[in-house]
Amino acid sequence: MSADTTSAIGPVEGASFDVDNPAPYIEAPRKRTGRTPRATRGNFEMAAWLFMRLSGVVLVVLVLGHLLIQLFLDGGVSKIGFAFVAGRWASPFWQVWDLLMLWLAMLHGCNGLRTVINDYAERANTRLWLKGLLYTATVFTILLGTLVIFTFDPNIR
Amino acid sequence: MPAGTLYRGREGMWSWVAHRVTGVLIFFFLFVHVLDTALVRVSPEAYDEVVATYKTPIVALLEYGLVAAILFHALNGLRVIAVDFWSKGPRYQKQMLWTVVGIWVVLMAGSLYPVLGHAARELFGS
Repeated sequence: MSADTTSAIGPVEGASFDVDNPAPYIEAPRKRTGRTPRATRGNFEMAAWLFMRLSGVVLVVLVLGHLLIQLFLDGGVSKIGFAFVAGRWASPFWQVWDLLMLWLAMLHGCNGLRTVINDYAERANTRLWLKGLLYTATVFTILLGTLVIFTFDPNIR
Repeated sequence: MPAGTLYRGREGMWSWVAHRVTGVLIFFFLFVHVLDTALVRVSPEAYDEVVATYKTPIVALLEYGLVAAILFHALNGLRVIAVDFWSKGPRYQKQMLWTVVGIWVVLMAGSLYPVLGHAARELFGS
C-alpha cells in the first residue's frame, strides 16, 4: 500500500486518468435509456384496491338500507311481493338506489372472488377457467339486473 | 411436530378469514337474488311463488345468517378502511375488531325478532 494520498484513485486502478487518458464512461444504474423496456402493467391492482374501499363505504349505506326496508320494517319479509316491488320501483329514487347497489355489489364481489381465485387456484389453467366463469356470470347478472330495473312493467298482464 | 410452532392466527388473521368467507357467501346469494328478482319480468305469480319460499321458517333462518354475514362484512370492512387510511389504524386494529364484534352482537340480538318473528309465529302459533 502506497503512502501517497494525493490521488483519489487507489493503486488497484493502476493507470491515472487525465484529459488525454479519460476514464471509461460508465452509465448510471437504473437510468432510463432507449433500451429500457416500457412498463408492462399499469396501476390496475391499485385501482382495484381503491375501488374495494370506495364501493365498500357506499355499499354499507345502500345494502344496510335495503336490508332494513326488506327484512326489518313493516312486517319484514312477509310483506314482499310483486305489488311491493311495483310500489318501490314507481319511484326513480329507489330505481337509482337499486341500480347503483347492483353494479357496485356485483363489481365489488367479482373483484373479491378474483382475489380469492388468484390466492387458491395454483394452476394457471384453473385460474383461467375459474375467472372466465366468474366474469361471464358477473356480466350476465349485471346486464340481467339492469334490464329488469329499466324494463319493469307494473301492468305486465 | 414440535409443540408451539403451528401458527393458529390472532385477531388479524381470523378477521381476514371471516371477511373472505362472508364475502364469498354474500356474493353467491347476490347471484340467486338477482335471478329471483328477475322473475318480476315473467309474471307476478312466478315472482310471488318464489318469494313465498323466502317466507318459510327454514329460509328465515338462512336470512338471519345472511344478515349476520352482511353485518360482519360491513363493520369489518369499515375497520379495514380505518386500518388502511387512518394513521393510527394498524395500532388499534385489535381494539377495532372487538368493537366490531361488540356492535355485531348487539345488532344480531336486535335482529332476532324483526327477522325471525314471523317464523316463530308460524311455528309456535301467534
